Parts: sequence; C-alpha cells; structure tokens
Amino acid sequence: MNLATKDIGHNLARFSLTTVGIGLLLMVVMGMGGIYRGLVKEATLIVDRVGADIWIVQKDTRGPFAEMSRIPRDLEDRTLPVPGVETSFGFVSYTVQRSYKGKPLRLTLQGLDWPLDRGLWLPIAAGRGLGQAHYEMVVDKTSGLQVGDKLKLGKDIYTVVGLTKGMTSPSGDAMVFMALTDAQAVQFDMSPESIRIERTARVNRLFNIDLGQTQPQLSERAGGLSSGIPALGTSMISAVLVKVKPGYDVDAVAKQIGSWPEVSVYTEDGQKQLLLNGFVDRSRRQLGLFKALLLIISTVIMALILYTLTLDKVHDIAMLKLIGARTSVILGLIMQQAILLGVIGYCIAYILGQWIFPYFPRQVVLVSYDLYLLAIIVLVISILSSLLGIWRAMRADPSEILS
Amino acid sequence: MNQTNDNLALHAAGLTKVYGSGHTEVVAVRDVSIEVHRGEIVALLGPSGAGKSTLLTLLGLIRPPNTGQITIDGTLVFDNHQAKVNVRRFRRQKFGFVFQKANLIPFLTAAENIRLAMEIDDQPARASRKRAMELLEYLGVAERADNLPSMLSGGEQQRVAVARALANHPSLILADEPTAALDSVRGRQVMELFRKVAHEQNAGVIVVTHDHRALDIFDRTLEMEDGALRPHRSA
Repeated sequence: MNLATKDIGHNLARFSLTTVGIGLLLMVVMGMGGIYRGLVKEATLIVDRVGADIWIVQKDTRGPFAEMSRIPRDLEDRTLPVPGVETSFGFVSYTVQRSYKGKPLRLTLQGLDWPLDRGLWLPIAAGRGLGQAHYEMVVDKTSGLQVGDKLKLGKDIYTVVGLTKGMTSPSGDAMVFMALTDAQAVQFDMSPESIRIERTARVNRLFNIDLGQTQPQLSERAGGLSSGIPALGTSMISAVLVKVKPGYDVDAVAKQIGSWPEVSVYTEDGQKQLLLNGFVDRSRRQLGLFKALLLIISTVIMALILYTLTLDKVHDIAMLKLIGARTSVILGLIMQQAILLGVIGYCIAYILGQWIFPYFPRQVVLVSYDLYLLAIIVLVISILSSLLGIWRAMRADPSEILS
Repeated sequence: MNQTNDNLALHAAGLTKVYGSGHTEVVAVRDVSIEVHRGEIVALLGPSGAGKSTLLTLLGLIRPPNTGQITIDGTLVFDNHQAKVNVRRFRRQKFGFVFQKANLIPFLTAAENIRLAMEIDDQPARASRKRAMELLEYLGVAERADNLPSMLSGGEQQRVAVARALANHPSLILADEPTAALDSVRGRQVMELFRKVAHEQNAGVIVVTHDHRALDIFDRTLEMEDGALRPHRSA
C-alpha cells in the first residue's frame, strides 16, 4: 500500500492544481534554456549553412555579423591564386526594416554571389531557389511573406520565389536571400535627388582643384554615372568567403590571407566564436540568471506546498508513529509526494512546452542535454523541497494523539 | 479467572514520571505498579489531572519513565528511562491503541486502515487483506470495508479503530476514553466489545474511562489520584 499515492488520491484536486502550477514554472525554466539554445542556433545558423572555410572581412573588424564590415569586391579575385583556395565568393549581409501590408517587416538581406552561389544550401520549405540573377528572392517563413508576394526594395520590385524554414538572423529577423548585386542595389540605393546632388558636388569639387581648370571636359564624366569614373573604387561587400581545397590546411590558408594588411580573416569556428562571445554570451548569462531564479522560486513554492500538505497530516503522522511505523514509512510518504510533484510537473512542462514553444516569435530549441539536466535538477529540488515537510513530520509527537 | 505469570501481558513496577524541575516540578505518575494478564480487561478511573493519560503514555512506550521497569510479554522494555528494545517495533508488534476519537487515517478506507497496521510490520499484502476482512467481519463492519472514515458513523469508526488495534495480535490493548464521543448505548456496546476482544483474542486490555455505568463489564477496576494508583472503592 502506497500512502503517498493514497493521500494524493484523497486530495487530487489540490495536488493536480499544484502540479500544473509547478509545471508552468518549469516550462518557463525549460523555455529559458530553449531560448538560449535558439539564440545560439540563430547566431551560428548562417555560418553553418554557408559552409565557408574562411571569412575575409574588413581589417580589425569582427564582421560581417558582429559588426559592420566593408571590403572591395575585387578581393574575391585576389584570393583565387592563393594556394589551397578552391573558390571564393562575395557576401553581403545587412538588415532593413520596411512596411508590408501596414505592418513593420524586418529582414536581414543576404547577398549571394550569383551564379557562383545559387543558394543550393538553403533549406527550401516551399517554392524554389533563386532561378535568375535579378529580382527574385527566397525569404524565411517567419517574415510572413508567401511565395508569389512582391516587395519593393530600393527602386526595384522583388518576387518571393521560395520560402525557407528556420533561417533567422542572430537578432531573430527573417533572412532574405537574393543575388549579391541586387542586395548591393538595395543597400546603396539613393534617391534621384541625392544622386543629382552628389553629381553636382563632384563637378564642383573638380573645379576646385587644378585638374578641373586644366581639363574642363572632365566635368562631363564627373557629372555622369559613378561606374564611369575609374578614380572611384569598386563596389563594397561585407565579406569574401573562401572554400579551401581538400587536403589543404584551412588554418595555413587563413594565415596566409590574414597576412594581407587590409583584411582580417576568420575560420568558420572563429566566426562562430565571434558571434557566440558577442551578444549571445550576454543573453546566455541573463537567461541563466533567470533560470536560476525560477528554479529557486520553484523550490520555495514546492517546499511551501509540501510543508502545507505535511501540516495537514501531522495528526496522521503522529498516529503512524504511535502504531509503530518506521521513520522510513513517514519519510517515504513525504518524499514520494515531492518527487511525484516534481516528475509530473516536469512532464506537464515538457508537454505544454512542445505545444506552446513553436508559437514563440523566436526559436526555442529543446536539446536532450538540457532536458536531462533539468530533469536531474528537478529531482534534486524535489528532494530539497521535501526537507521542510520532513522536519515538521519528525517533530510530530505520538503523544499528541492522547491529548 | 485463573492467571499465571506466563500469562502476564504487562508488568510495570515502581513507575514514576516527573515533568519540569525545581519549583516547577510536577510528579505526574508516582511509584505506580500494575500487572495485566492476557484475557483480562481492566478499567482505569480517576479525575482529570490524576495522571491516567501520562500512565498510558508510559505503558504504551510513548514516553520513558524516570524510574521503574516495564515488562511486556516477559520482555523487559524499559529499565528506568533506558529502553532495552526497539520501542517503535515493540509498539507495532505488541500493542493496540484505541482513543476517544478513532484517529483513522482519513485517506485510507476502513480495510486499508487495518492493513496499514500489518503492512508497516512487513506482513504480506495478501495475508493482511485477509486478516483485515476477518477483523471487520468479527466487529460487524465488514460491509464498510471500502468506505473512507468520513463515510462511517462514530460507532463504526470506533469499531474499525478496534479492528486496527487487533490487527497484529497484540498482547496489550490500551484504550483512552474510547466511548467518550458515543452515546450511552453505543458506549456500552464498545465496552462489551473490548471485553469480547480481551477474552476471545486473549489480549490484556486497559481502558481509561469516566463512564461508571459500564464498570460491571471489567474484570478489575483501578483508580488514579494525584499520580498514584489504588484499587477502586465502589460508591
């Protein structure tokens, strides 16, 4: 005969409500861990998916995700002769906020070096990948956009041709994949008035120096398209990504390119560490503290509930002592209830979490390690929380029955 | 009644229990000696504060005496305040307790309350189930076996409490005013039940009572006053 389950059966409504309450608390704890894992996943997702061995960024920056990076696109060609480099391609990444159907829409644009990189690595959930060099984009589902939707970015209208699942930026915004030149066009888009002002300013600057005085015909070139002026640099991109040939040491290739004075170079792991040690690390500590606080609150609540349940039974416990019940019988009664409370609460947390977490705006990733660890912690706090009740039970005097 | 020392359920000699010390010292039980044989039912009378309940806590091994010896079924249990055996085990194997209130565990059925007394003594579940039903039948409440205490009348609860007290074939049953919460008719029925139990189950029974109308049921009547025990003087 199990006294713990008999008592629970007798106080089923109270026990059920209590376990649901504990379950909800534990679900929040579970969710906190899941949010952290989600942050890590989102932070490293693009680095994982792109699969580049080496990331070349602007000198002394931690770009292109942790901070802004600007490097000339021709760097792509300069890396190709380096021994061990198989391919290299440009990469652009930045965030835009637009309004779509009256709602704010935040998107992180990723420019793919079409046709070298056609985004074949993208996890397409609906529609297709990029099929042409311009005016198409693949977006993540979390943006709310659908296949066939059209969105004006810069001066052009882009059609959604495919949807990905789970492709969000480190800040949780939906990723958009388009051809690199399109991404640059959106990034450096200027209004016609700004272009006219810039062209006029160039002509004025020309006449402020001796070149304008001696070669006045240059004013026609200065007032024209930027691409027509050799003195202006090539377009800028966020990073150049390099794939290393099989058999070559990635670190050795990275070291060689890293010796160039105008760039900083990171391996895939280095790039991930930049992301994780930046904003994710602070979030991890913040969430960790919340988790610890919630676990302490759960322990206190469980202890109080178990203490109250024990107080209700002090007379019965005194009676059990009087008729000679061993201490283990009384300890078992309280501790089994504590463990049941924790275990059922944990199961409720898991089931509710599986149901609710997918509706969270950012990814909540439950991993086995975290779940096992939390299960052990719940078991420990269940036992700890029963100590107060056990202490009270041990003080129950069998002679109380006679009074 | 023919009684021998082999038949002695309880032998207590020179029991004294003192609470407090110095000018707050209270002698609750003063040099009490008592013997109860198996099959004998003894009434313990006395006014409130006479020390009856304290004596019951000593005889029931709930508290140790300051001085004196307690021998149960031929085994010395307390020599002054020194326990000579595992007191809790001794209580569950040799004693049955009945009180003014039935004190049944509220979340267990009548049968389970009786089984509990046996199962905490490691008796097999099947055997304890069988004995619980036998006892409930013996005490006339078998049809209430699966009812929770809250569904039983006061008299039925008290019968279940008696059944629980008998579960482990006790040598000695201690009852503290078991009829105080019952009307006179039901009170007498319970007292007669104790007599039946003492004689048929061969247990020594000590009943603390204020009910002088049922004294004819007892084999012997003792009276306590100011912590001391003396034979009862009938009115």
